Amino acid sequence: MRHLALAVTCASLALFSSAPAHAQLAGEPYIHDPSTVTLSDGKYYTFGTGRGGLVSEDGWTWHAGGERPGGGVAPDVIKIGDHYYVAYAVGGGGMNGGHASNVKVMWTKSLDPKSPDFGYHDVGVVASSNGVEDCDAIDPAFLYAEGRLWLSYGTYFGYIRLVELDPKTGQRLAGNQPVDIAIDMEATALLYRDGYYYLLGTHGTCCDGPNSSYNIRVGRSRSPAGPYLDNMGVPLLKGGGKLVVAGRGRAFGPGHFGLIDLGDGMEKYSMHFEADMDRSARSVLAIQPLVWKDGWPLGGDNVTPGTYEIQSERAGGALELAVDFVRMPIDRRGGFFGPPAGPVSPVAMQTLAQDSAVWPAGPIDVDLGDYMIRPHQQWTITPVANAGGYFGAPYYKIVIAGTDRALAATADRKVVAVPAFTGADEQLWRIDQLTDGTYRITPKTKVATKTPLALVAIGASTPVLATFDPRSDAGRWVFKTP
Amino acid sequence: MKLLPSGSGYHRERSAALANLLKQLRAGAAAATLIIVGLAPAIAADPVAPEAPGLAPYFVPVSSAPKAPDADGFLQRWLLLEPIVKPNRSNTGFTGTYVRQALTTEYFKGQFKGAPRDGQTVAAGAPLRWHALDSTLFDVKLFNFAQGLNKPVYGVIFWAVTVIDSPREISNVRLAVGSNSASMWWVNGKEAAGLFGDRRMVMDDVVSQPLTLHKGKNILRGAVINGPGLSDFCVRFIDEDGHPIRDIALDLR
Repeated sequence: MRHLALAVTCASLALFSSAPAHAQLAGEPYIHDPSTVTLSDGKYYTFGTGRGGLVSEDGWTWHAGGERPGGGVAPDVIKIGDHYYVAYAVGGGGMNGGHASNVKVMWTKSLDPKSPDFGYHDVGVVASSNGVEDCDAIDPAFLYAEGRLWLSYGTYFGYIRLVELDPKTGQRLAGNQPVDIAIDMEATALLYRDGYYYLLGTHGTCCDGPNSSYNIRVGRSRSPAGPYLDNMGVPLLKGGGKLVVAGRGRAFGPGHFGLIDLGDGMEKYSMHFEADMDRSARSVLAIQPLVWKDGWPLGGDNVTPGTYEIQSERAGGALELAVDFVRMPIDRRGGFFGPPAGPVSPVAMQTLAQDSAVWPAGPIDVDLGDYMIRPHQQWTITPVANAGGYFGAPYYKIVIAGTDRALAATADRKVVAVPAFTGADEQLWRIDQLTDGTYRITPKTKVATKTPLALVAIGASTPVLATFDPRSDAGRWVFKTP
Repeated sequence: MKLLPSGSGYHRERSAALANLLKQLRAGAAAATLIIVGLAPAIAADPVAPEAPGLAPYFVPVSSAPKAPDADGFLQRWLLLEPIVKPNRSNTGFTGTYVRQALTTEYFKGQFKGAPRDGQTVAAGAPLRWHALDSTLFDVKLFNFAQGLNKPVYGVIFWAVTVIDSPREISNVRLAVGSNSASMWWVNGKEAAGLFGDRRMVMDDVVSQPLTLHKGKNILRGAVINGPGLSDFCVRFIDEDGHPIRDIALDLR
């Protein structure tokens, strides 16, 4: 069954592969080299090259905020216990031809400058490059896995290296020596999943606006120290790297990956685009869903605005208005198989007018049925301007194609189609791609429970709002062209 | 990240303008909260540039015996010419047209013919010397070659030649090249591969059309151009199935 589901998922991915990857965040998300997005005191923070960073309450709208002393380039942040460790590099990067650099670490108990726990404490230098060796100690990235704290760093000037830090202090472990793990990368990130360590890094040209060819690649290893190989078995120490995401649509040059694990099978990642053509070609923060396919991370896609069958992964039922079925005419003269008696001609599909003639005027219940390519089963999905969003995905309205009849959540955890879209929270929907490529559909409104509810097929034909179970297909949906 | 020089569109080296920006940012940072708690730094905090390291550990002198490719088929024995100065503040102009023009220009006599001798000097504006070296790694680190000889490392063209002794005629082999940055390659005088644009080295990045290695000596010639950043290349021959050709030897005598 999972294989079938995966096949459907792959079809869906292919469907969306041509979708533009706009930098869809709101606010003023201007940044370069964003650190891993980190939650502190109810807000999300990311820091970039230079001082300060961006802060958001919902992962969608970002404003300048946060304080990060020390300057330098390309920091990273990780929370371990009650400490937020911040790594950043001073020097290097080829500035004035130099590649001598220090990676420094500091910690604070809060990233919120207004918190009494805010205040950076210097740990010191954890890695260096001397300016001559084949390494430039910038672009640090943390990984805390299996109780051990790792730090990768480096850039195109020589090797990407790995050191181990003490998670209790942030200092380099005594006697630990750097290990070369890749070449011709920069802006690396480390992940750990299902026994594999993943090294992600950026290839291509940086800092050249719409001419930047930055793209994010990955290799994996059973050991944090490597060897990291790509999907073709090419070592990252020999330039390998499987593509995770490249520029698309009106956004050029994704770089500086950072994992955002939102739980329940939903992972997203932060990055910057070198140039967002809708924002004066400036470098901006972007957040996209992360998909895992055959053990490899892959840049996912928000649902592309358009008209779809919304298909349940539970039993393949199509989300539909629970209305009387309107038959289409069938010419049975001479039987229905075999060649027609006359010339071959196309037959019109059922129109919206024909289908909707039997619909009641008020709210209509929604259920799941066999997909019959009927208008009451086809939904137009559109982002709603200025309605907000959540971690890289805007809120959408979902209406029957050709109408204003909108999918809405009810207080008693049902879903109905109301006659007209008003923009109310119960008519706004989050559509988040999950790690298997399917989607979770969640109403913006909070429905009589502390736990966010999602659209779930509790029966083969019955969708309701219920708690999402990541172990089940009941809350997973795919979007198929009509 | 790496930033670009002002107006050059180049990513590998940080510009004066952005250096100033960072300087301002650092100055501003002083106003931010930073509490020094006196923890001893784990690593020396002030990196000091040591003396130029010479050619070790990236190169060793060639031995008298022919050298087989490494386990993956990479060719590690080369005659390398000290870099020709070719100023390029940025690699953004490394179009195919530019690179082809730059790497087919004759800078010294005999550039496209035969194999030079170790220690031979050519006149390419300045006198430049050929060095016969074995790379200790799968790739040939041209930046370190130039740095080790105290020669220019940026804005340069490197010429490399090796002589392949094949025990038999081998047809349908392909030359597989990766280079940082752009490069062109010729086998027995015929162009086999071109790597254009601002490249970084990836093994088997560009693979030639099928070609034939003659029985006996074959000359492989390459030229690598770079502005700022590291320069290196890796080269091997692969068979029709993509497996490395290893029953050949490199002999520069």
